[in-house]
Amino acid sequence: MRKFSIFAVAREAMRGHKGWEKQWTSPEPKSEYDVIIIGAGGHGLATAYYLAKEHGITNVAVLEKGWLGGGNTGRNTTIIRSNYLYDESAGIYDHAVKLWEGLSQDLNYNVMYSPRGVMMLAHNVHDVQVLKRHVHANRLNGIDNEWLTPEEAKDYCPPLNISQTARYPVVGASLQRRGGTARHDAVAWGYARGASDRGVHIIQNCEVTGIRRSPTGAVTGVETTQGFIGARKVGVVAAGHTSVLMQMAGVRMPLESYPLQALVSEPVKPAFPCVVMSNTVHAYISQSDKGELVIGAGTDQYTSYSQTGGLHIINHTLDAICEMFPVFTRMKMMRSWGGIVDVTPDRSPILARTPVPGLYVNCGWGTGGFKATPGSGHVFAHTIARDEPHPINAPFTLDRFRTGRLIDEAAAAAVAH
Amino acid sequence: MLLIHCPYCEEERPEIEFRHAGEAHLVRSSDIATQGELEFAAYLYLRQNPKGVVAERWRHIHGCGRFFNAIRDTVSDRILTTYKAGEPMPDLDSVLANAENTAPSGKPLMQPVASKSKA
Repeated sequence: MRKFSIFAVAREAMRGHKGWEKQWTSPEPKSEYDVIIIGAGGHGLATAYYLAKEHGITNVAVLEKGWLGGGNTGRNTTIIRSNYLYDESAGIYDHAVKLWEGLSQDLNYNVMYSPRGVMMLAHNVHDVQVLKRHVHANRLNGIDNEWLTPEEAKDYCPPLNISQTARYPVVGASLQRRGGTARHDAVAWGYARGASDRGVHIIQNCEVTGIRRSPTGAVTGVETTQGFIGARKVGVVAAGHTSVLMQMAGVRMPLESYPLQALVSEPVKPAFPCVVMSNTVHAYISQSDKGELVIGAGTDQYTSYSQTGGLHIINHTLDAICEMFPVFTRMKMMRSWGGIVDVTPDRSPILARTPVPGLYVNCGWGTGGFKATPGSGHVFAHTIARDEPHPINAPFTLDRFRTGRLIDEAAAAAVAH
Repeated sequence: MLLIHCPYCEEERPEIEFRHAGEAHLVRSSDIATQGELEFAAYLYLRQNPKGVVAERWRHIHGCGRFFNAIRDTVSDRILTTYKAGEPMPDLDSVLANAENTAPSGKPLMQPVASKSKA
């Protein structure tokens, strides 16, 4: 794979940009691999990339029923932060933030990581107590997070309405300056390029229809729409469809799949400098480099695989946006869409071995998995390669729902569950 | 937004009058003291979460206030039937076979009258 550099850009400029090569190959599936990853989203591709880069396992296939990065990786609101309450969560999400910081250089692919700051608003006494508790817990874990007065919040984000006569006035905010956004598609493409360059096969339009097991119960491979493909190790990284895939191996999961919606406005000049989230009035918003306001809404109340949600959910979010940012009341919304998110009972992910030998699962990221993409792939690759968890993902077992050692991040996302 | 047929009110009402209340027909053991932790964890946390037909509880919280069950397709979000709490889960094959006589809210439609031959 030819490296991207200023010299490559200059060379191609001289040649009419005819020398750029395909960024990943599309090979026919082999009959057998060392490892199969099901799902070519950010987490699955990152897993394959780190399997090849860190563990030297390159005989890997990533199977994708649709197209690469076409699920939740291409549907999220691209927010990155690590200001989680509990030590276990702080560990895994900050591991990801540290990888985000050097990811463009590592991949030689610009993922446009932009640490523009993530501000979370408090509207009442309860919010203040919860957010201050987060600030203190984060600082004890070495994660930057600070408390702002309404005036300081407005200084940081000028469009914010801090009028005390608002229906839900802003009474304070917490700010993680290392938080921000990245370009979601570029993350999938960068990992795909890096993995493909190291010999990983990315096979699109290949839906897994069954998981084959030996008489001893161990995984021997997967049935797909392109025929049987053998592997002794299979990693399921399928977000909203995890329950469906795990059922093929006879494993019931502590997961429920819900539609989660997002929407973007028409593009405008740079007007919004950071990411703002509000749990209470239920909205989060940032501005993409293209100029669109990127707005995240909540989940629908019922489980669904429809990849669409109710209009009243979006309406509720826009009500909140218009009150917090009156400057946006006349913006036109351009597109809205839904993705299917897999939610665990404690709102924390599962990255673990399963009761089936050779079967591994990375799921349960719920409404906020994008931020964890590099960290998730990194520790999940370790789990598959060594057949034991990395210390960072050791607490995120499937067994915690039996032992009761939950990681209860009820406020994990800024949306009500 | 879904339209949902409440089997108590016998009316189609918008989804915002209702509260979803999870998978239906989960039975808590009458003797949890002797139940193993695996069984209790399964009752408490494991869910079918099917891509297809699901039996789920709803509560008509801004109406009659009562719980009832619905059979819904999670791909199309079409409700195939609703029935009162405590009633057994209907046979899925007959529910699916009867889908064309049911509105997307689960409301039974009038059976087509067999055409009479004119005298």
